[in-house]
Amino acid sequence: MTNAKLMQGNEACTLGALAAGLDFFAGYPITPSTEIAELCAEELPKIGGRFIQMEDEIGSIAAIIGASLTGRKVMTATSGPGFSLMQENLGYAGIAEVPIVIVNVQRVGPSTGQPTSPSQGDVMQSRWGTHGDHPVVVLAPGNVKECYELTFKAFNIAEQYRVPVIVLMDEVIGHMREKVILPDIATLRIVNRKEPETPAGYLPYEADDDGGVPLMARFGQGYRFHVTGLFHDDTGFPSNKSDITNRFTRRLLRKVEKAEPAIREYFTESTDDCDILVVAFGSSAMSSLSAVRKARASGIKAGLFRPKTIWPFPEDSFKELAAKAKRVIVPEMNLGQLVLEIERLVGCKAPVERLSKVNGELFKPEEILSRIMGGAK
Amino acid sequence: MRTEFRLSGSGGQGLLLAGIVLAEAAILEDKNAVQTQSYGPEARGGASKAEVIISEEDIDYPKATDPDFLLALTAESYKTFGALMGKGIIIVDSSVALNPEIKARTISAPILKAAAEDIGKRVVANIVALGVLAGISGIVAEKTLELAVKNRVPKGTEELNLSALHKGFELAAAVGARQAD
Amino acid sequence: MSDILKYFRQNRLPHIWCPGCGHGTATGALVRAIAKLKLDKNKVVVVSGIGCSSRAPGYLDFDTLHTTHGRALAFATGIKLSRPDLKVIVLTGDGDCTAIGGNHFIHAARRNIDITTIILNNNIYGMTSGQYSPMTPKGMLGTTAPYGNVERCFDLAKLAIAAGATYVGRATTYHATLLEDLIGKALINKGFSVVEAVDQCPTYMGRKNKLGTAVDMLNWLKDRAVNVKAAAVMAPEKLEGKFLVGELYNQPEPEFTAEYMAMAEQVRRKYDNFQGGVRECGQNSD
Repeated sequence: MTNAKLMQGNEACTLGALAAGLDFFAGYPITPSTEIAELCAEELPKIGGRFIQMEDEIGSIAAIIGASLTGRKVMTATSGPGFSLMQENLGYAGIAEVPIVIVNVQRVGPSTGQPTSPSQGDVMQSRWGTHGDHPVVVLAPGNVKECYELTFKAFNIAEQYRVPVIVLMDEVIGHMREKVILPDIATLRIVNRKEPETPAGYLPYEADDDGGVPLMARFGQGYRFHVTGLFHDDTGFPSNKSDITNRFTRRLLRKVEKAEPAIREYFTESTDDCDILVVAFGSSAMSSLSAVRKARASGIKAGLFRPKTIWPFPEDSFKELAAKAKRVIVPEMNLGQLVLEIERLVGCKAPVERLSKVNGELFKPEEILSRIMGGAK
Repeated sequence: MRTEFRLSGSGGQGLLLAGIVLAEAAILEDKNAVQTQSYGPEARGGASKAEVIISEEDIDYPKATDPDFLLALTAESYKTFGALMGKGIIIVDSSVALNPEIKARTISAPILKAAAEDIGKRVVANIVALGVLAGISGIVAEKTLELAVKNRVPKGTEELNLSALHKGFELAAAVGARQAD
Repeated sequence: MSDILKYFRQNRLPHIWCPGCGHGTATGALVRAIAKLKLDKNKVVVVSGIGCSSRAPGYLDFDTLHTTHGRALAFATGIKLSRPDLKVIVLTGDGDCTAIGGNHFIHAARRNIDITTIILNNNIYGMTSGQYSPMTPKGMLGTTAPYGNVERCFDLAKLAIAAGATYVGRATTYHATLLEDLIGKALINKGFSVVEAVDQCPTYMGRKNKLGTAVDMLNWLKDRAVNVKAAAVMAPEKLEGKFLVGELYNQPEPEFTAEYMAMAEQVRRKYDNFQGGVRECGQNSD
């Protein structure tokens, strides 16, 4: 008898969040993410947690930021249109350093687009969606089990570094059901934000300039501190001083840069000796994996690099692999987003080929295989 | 070996549930399974599709590329997906008129009629269909499927659904016998 | 006085508001009401949005949250639902609350969530230097209404009542003691409470509309304000161009976070605690 279960991506994502300690969810219904809200509505009241369906996605992210400031582990889930609405407050969570997790189950855009079809059109938005330089971490599950694992990890990263973390899924990953064996919950390491010990002398934004993470007090515990979306000094109160603005901005981004080696995660197959390196994430990587295996079966030296952390991109690991490749192919369900990062990293060392699909359907393995075989571009 | 199933009909016929039960039965037999669906307005009554991939090996690509079995419960789904069939077998409800242009090997079975008349509940047509599909494909044992059905269907409807499942296996045996003739 | 001062972050003063601005008076009324109720400083959270009004929390010695434009109530909803034991107060302006934040306002009222919302209504966008707001009376001037505002304005109290607020009051900065009383009652009400503090912006509203000094503006507010009790016996034509002050609505109803907690308690009694990774989604047919 096995513990294997047939589980949906959105369900696995929710269970991963609960395992990490999720106890506050605010959201607004939107396809193809709604199952996450539904499951949270059902589970959270049972464990002393809270669920609220807000009046829109702006309110949803605002509510979770508020709840996080009281010490809760918080999440919202949405898709493109809602993710667009959340951008301003995503920046707020960045500058105020409030840990939050946002799940974006991508669908075809722009605008209402195609609600029930998969896309990977939010790669750049997830990194640069809000205005100004801001810190963010983006994780991309490539199967149902990873929806669990990476959502769990998203909470740990959010808590440890006080940054917004986005779990970037898509309609296929969110809705497909797969055989999954979940890890034993007792073996998982849960990270909690570091809190100050006493209100005496507490400076809410005091941190080492080199990517330090300030201690985070909770509202309602006697600290009586101030939180604002304005640039602020160590005390948390607004400051217009140029040197403070400069140091603060650099520290915010440095936090993520410094964390990169520790949070980096990727999957490879057949990359040891590959001439043709396929780089794909999320559901495109499933098609890519199938294509790479088929290519190998017919003697072509193809390999797959699948980043699970896509922002920050696992640069060093990727560069090592890419150095040996004669061709790099980047299949993605958009007209070229992740490929820009790959082009930057590969430089002139090898041709980087875009393979775009924007008809609302997942790549067929044959489409990628034919590109690997040097077929029509 | 990778076996691909496509279950099609109209929204509301419960084919997604049938697909899920099939996948869960496969898991109970220690196989790998992935289930996907076409999702959206179809769920409100249009053409609907669920797919199940079952394999002893790792399943990389989750969608059906060249289904081994197509179940079609409506004329529209037969026409749409039947035309795409290559090597596989079509199992179509007997109420649907066959189209000579669809060349794939086709088996007609009175699924909807059996649900409505023999079982007395149209809503269990999905489980009758599941029995037919499993019976003809031989992908999972009847006993395993019984367990999977019991795990998934609403409480209180287990007996009803099990008789629907058995009816499906009977139909599969009957058409199998006819084929043999 | 020391009773009141202890609720201020005195090292953050003086404030940034213009000479003659009414926001200090309204903030003072809030603090006096809090002092009268002897609220525990450690159990009060003050939340604001963006605008002149929203700088107030920075001067108050509580946990304070200065959020994004229009969203104070949504942030506050998260805080209150997470910690129903905390007293949550929202300080917001007329633009912040009724324009960009209008949707959150009506939904917070609909839920009857226990948040005391004080709208510092100076009838104009002050922080951005004098544009008309949804509370600018028709015909008045703003930098974006150079020929006179052609839009109608909200009656915010009626809006709040219609949306489901269970305590609603209005006063002006001329009626500072009434304002304090109303805020005190609003703080006591367990539910969504709204106090509209109509106040003066001599710098933009006043100058643009030639309303004179801060004192002239206070008189202008006084002349247009009619107490709700007096209004009850006045002929409708006498009320033309006036607005009502006083307690406009006070009807307790079940409060959202209490209802949520009661529901959760029932659910908990029914189910064992979640152990992680052991349950499945309910399954729809298609």
